[in-house]
Amino acid sequence: MFPHLAAGAVSEVSTVTNEANWLLENAWLIALLPAISFVLILFFGKKMPFKGAEFGITAVSISFILAILTGAAWMDHRDNFTLDTYGEKAAVLVDDGAGSAVDSVTLAVGTAAEATDGDGQAYVAVQKTTQWLQSGGVEFNAGIMVDGLSVMMLFVVTMISLLVHIYSTDYVGGDRRYTHFFAFLSLFTASMLFFVLSDNILQMIVGWELVGVCSFALIGHWWEEKPNSDAALKAFITNRVGDVGLLVGMITLFFAAGKGMTFDTITINENILQGGVSHTALVVAAACLTIAVMSKSGQFVLHTWLPDAMAGPTPVSALIHAATMVVAGIYMVARLFPVFWEGMQIEGSSINFLATVGAVTLVGAGLLAFVQDDIKKVLAYSTVSQLGYMAMALGVGAWTAAVFHLFTHAFFKANLFLGSGSVAHAVHSFDMKKDMGGMRKFMPKTYVTFVIGSLALAGLFPLAGFWSKDEILVNTGGWGILGGSGSAPGSYTFHFVMGMIGAALTAAYMTRCVYLTFHGEYRGGHHDDHADDHADDHGHHGEPHESGPRILYPLYILSAFSILVGFVNFPPGFLAGSKKDPAGWQERFLHFIEPAGSSYFPAVGHATPSWWLAIVASLVAVAGAGAAFTYYFVKVDRLAKRTGEHLVGLPNGVTTTNAFARAGHKLLVNKYYLDHLYTGIIAGGTKGPIAKAAYWVNQNVLDGTVDGAGRTAVQSGKLVYEKIDQGVVDGAINASGRTSDAIGEELRHINTGRVQNYAAIMFAGAAILAGAFVLLLAF
Amino acid sequence: MQLLAQVSSETDLYVAQNIFFAVIAVTMIYAAFRVVTTANVVHAALWLVVVLAGVAVQFLFLGAEFVAVTQVLVYIGAVIVLFLFGVMLTRASMGDDETVAGEKRAMAAIVGVLLFAVMAMALVDSFEDTRVDIDQPQGVTEVSDAIFSQYIVPFEAVSVLLLAALIGAIVVARKD
Amino acid sequence: MLLNQFLLLSAVLFCLGVYGVLARKNGMLVLMSVELILNAVNINLVAFGAFRTDVGGSVFALFTIAVAAAEVGIGLAIVLLMYRNRRSIDLTQADLLKG
Repeated sequence: MFPHLAAGAVSEVSTVTNEANWLLENAWLIALLPAISFVLILFFGKKMPFKGAEFGITAVSISFILAILTGAAWMDHRDNFTLDTYGEKAAVLVDDGAGSAVDSVTLAVGTAAEATDGDGQAYVAVQKTTQWLQSGGVEFNAGIMVDGLSVMMLFVVTMISLLVHIYSTDYVGGDRRYTHFFAFLSLFTASMLFFVLSDNILQMIVGWELVGVCSFALIGHWWEEKPNSDAALKAFITNRVGDVGLLVGMITLFFAAGKGMTFDTITINENILQGGVSHTALVVAAACLTIAVMSKSGQFVLHTWLPDAMAGPTPVSALIHAATMVVAGIYMVARLFPVFWEGMQIEGSSINFLATVGAVTLVGAGLLAFVQDDIKKVLAYSTVSQLGYMAMALGVGAWTAAVFHLFTHAFFKANLFLGSGSVAHAVHSFDMKKDMGGMRKFMPKTYVTFVIGSLALAGLFPLAGFWSKDEILVNTGGWGILGGSGSAPGSYTFHFVMGMIGAALTAAYMTRCVYLTFHGEYRGGHHDDHADDHADDHGHHGEPHESGPRILYPLYILSAFSILVGFVNFPPGFLAGSKKDPAGWQERFLHFIEPAGSSYFPAVGHATPSWWLAIVASLVAVAGAGAAFTYYFVKVDRLAKRTGEHLVGLPNGVTTTNAFARAGHKLLVNKYYLDHLYTGIIAGGTKGPIAKAAYWVNQNVLDGTVDGAGRTAVQSGKLVYEKIDQGVVDGAINASGRTSDAIGEELRHINTGRVQNYAAIMFAGAAILAGAFVLLLAF
Repeated sequence: MQLLAQVSSETDLYVAQNIFFAVIAVTMIYAAFRVVTTANVVHAALWLVVVLAGVAVQFLFLGAEFVAVTQVLVYIGAVIVLFLFGVMLTRASMGDDETVAGEKRAMAAIVGVLLFAVMAMALVDSFEDTRVDIDQPQGVTEVSDAIFSQYIVPFEAVSVLLLAALIGAIVVARKD
Repeated sequence: MLLNQFLLLSAVLFCLGVYGVLARKNGMLVLMSVELILNAVNINLVAFGAFRTDVGGSVFALFTIAVAAAEVGIGLAIVLLMYRNRRSIDLTQADLLKG
């Protein structure tokens, strides 16, 4: 507990400064560099010796170095920022920690508050804003906001992006649109950095959409093949659904929390926390923004685009899934956390929309990952599942845990994706069952990195995933008998259970994936005429071989990070530091990232983890892995050795013998039939029956009215046809009757495909509606 | 037009204006009718000129001088020329358009009449004999002040739209 | 003058435009009918602007003119493309939307 927080919950003044270290003030450079690189590649890329890749790599490298320096500057700022450092330019507000009156000094340049956290040091965000334009009294600003969250994202995005750039020079080498690929990688990186640095919601919307456009272009990189361009379109259109939520949510925020005056994120958050913002408006905003998260971050039921997005080149998948695009939704929730905190009343509750969406996603996608044969799709569903963890964590109020999981997940998921790309590069396929197996003999280095990534994802001690997953589980507050302590924001038992199930599932499907890819006998190499969609010039399809250094080194680096990054946030009570520095490595991440005690962040409680919980969670993961291990490594392997066949499963496993299991398997293979629901029922319904119904109304009700006859009933369709066709009115009415002798037959002719007919229906419908309004208002 | 406006503010009858209005309005309606019924594409474009000019005169009646001038410049000057180019480039029969199926015409006529009925009903019902008095024509200064202060954002949006349309038209129409 | 005389004139032009859009087969003629509709809207905007002595009506009429110019540009490009691909600008032949 933080008594000082409970007492002085939200300070009355902004904990924001606009005077700080040069690096923090100029963080926009980090986003600008890749943007410049995009333009350079576009115009000069093809003429350069490395076809434009050098621009991208140089720009992102510099950005990466700047991001590291900015991180260091932020740590210094976090620990040492005082008003003295920046003299009289920044203002100081002293909060004595007991919630007593604050002595406010406001100077022209801005306001900063000294609210203390456990270390007695204020968390002061840095914001630099310039006015873009002003209209009708509303200022439209452009600016950057730098605090722990954005600094962390800068580091993750630039690092993953740099590694992906390097990896891509080999992976897409020789591709026909190599230069374009790098141009869009740069733009993608720039968009995400722009989004992360936004200091107002308008800018966030722009960044959000830019990221969407870039992902569209990159997923459809090989658009000549229909499935790829379909996948790109699907990603784009599904995201449009969520964007409606985003727009409505942001507009609601602008009017409710921004008082119709400002788009500024910090001000909006402060207004919410200080109360006085309509709760109803916040509920609406939170629900709408959750829908936006559902599409962008691939939560149920709008996640369907994400596995299809695997049609893009593998480095892009790594970038989309680890650092950009899908984490945009999570980042947005983290940035606007007070909206959810207040709107969904996270504190003291045990269920809410966001957390439940996350929990369902986490288990649902984990199950789906079991039935995928495509290695990238396994990883895609795994990402969906892990994003479910993050959304759930945010929903239960475990802000730091969610952000920490985002951080660790970025490294091991990038590792896994790039590893799968390395394997696919060797066998020219993504199909684990047909073309892989036994790869550890051919690619020992990739194998080791992939296993490290898998273990980290499965959350085994002491790899990165363990720490972040454990922290999420602890902070659900639903541990009951497992003996956690501290003050989790709520008691989300259901979500805790789902989290546990998810941990077991994750471990199990990764075991399956590792077995099918790397163990057993090599099943590929027998069809040399395999469709080669990399357009690379290797030309030899003999034995697969280990990838080159530009693919391997990124894998090594990411593996190292997958092992180590968990150590930045040791829970309290674990490996206490030296006497000089008692905190040691404990909760460093929390200290630097979470804006505890600042004016724009709610006073979120933290649970203290227990050994029991950590052990039980690990056991659950091990049990999941063990079950899959027994099945594949022991049973299948033994049978395969005995029969000498290439096996990917037991011939009479449970799915073939048990009807219930078979039904479940079918449900999973069909991805819960969600795609059927969208294309067949919703889209088909709109195009088919609803359009038909509209036309029927037009033909029967409207024309009937014009005709002055009451021949509008369904049953009298035949009658209508006859009477009209007998020549009462020639024309539109006639058109419907000409070619058919029954009304049902007639209805099939609505889909003439002629725009003008549709337009006629639309205009007539509008006229009728307007007429109805006029009549309603008149009487 | 300023002269007319002054006359009208003194006499309450607006006789001259109303007669003038009626003449223009009838001309416009007839011309518009010809635009949508004539079989000759070039004739239709020329009838459209008459309608557009009539609209410009209506703007003058309403005191919107700048809009009237823009109407003449942009529409009659540019848009019509564009249309005539389009007619030539598509080599659409300079003569008669093939007759349109009767059924479609009837359908369109029904929709049109229905729309008009609804609108007329609503207009007559809500505005009855509300008067619109134009004492002073709108100055260009006023309009430009409004555009560049209050309506600056829509103005910028329109600029971007025009640019996008420019690029779009090139992309759509270029040969390759 | 009555406000309604302008509004009704505009309504007539609008409905004639709608008729043209729906009944014409030739792409060029459809575009011309669209111009009729847009002009009807403009009369409405300016009439209401004058009625409320608000300059906003004129401003938006100007915007409409700009948008109409863009629309004609794009529309003609599409008609040209259609002509190039099909040697005809008969809209009744464009029925790829058929489901």
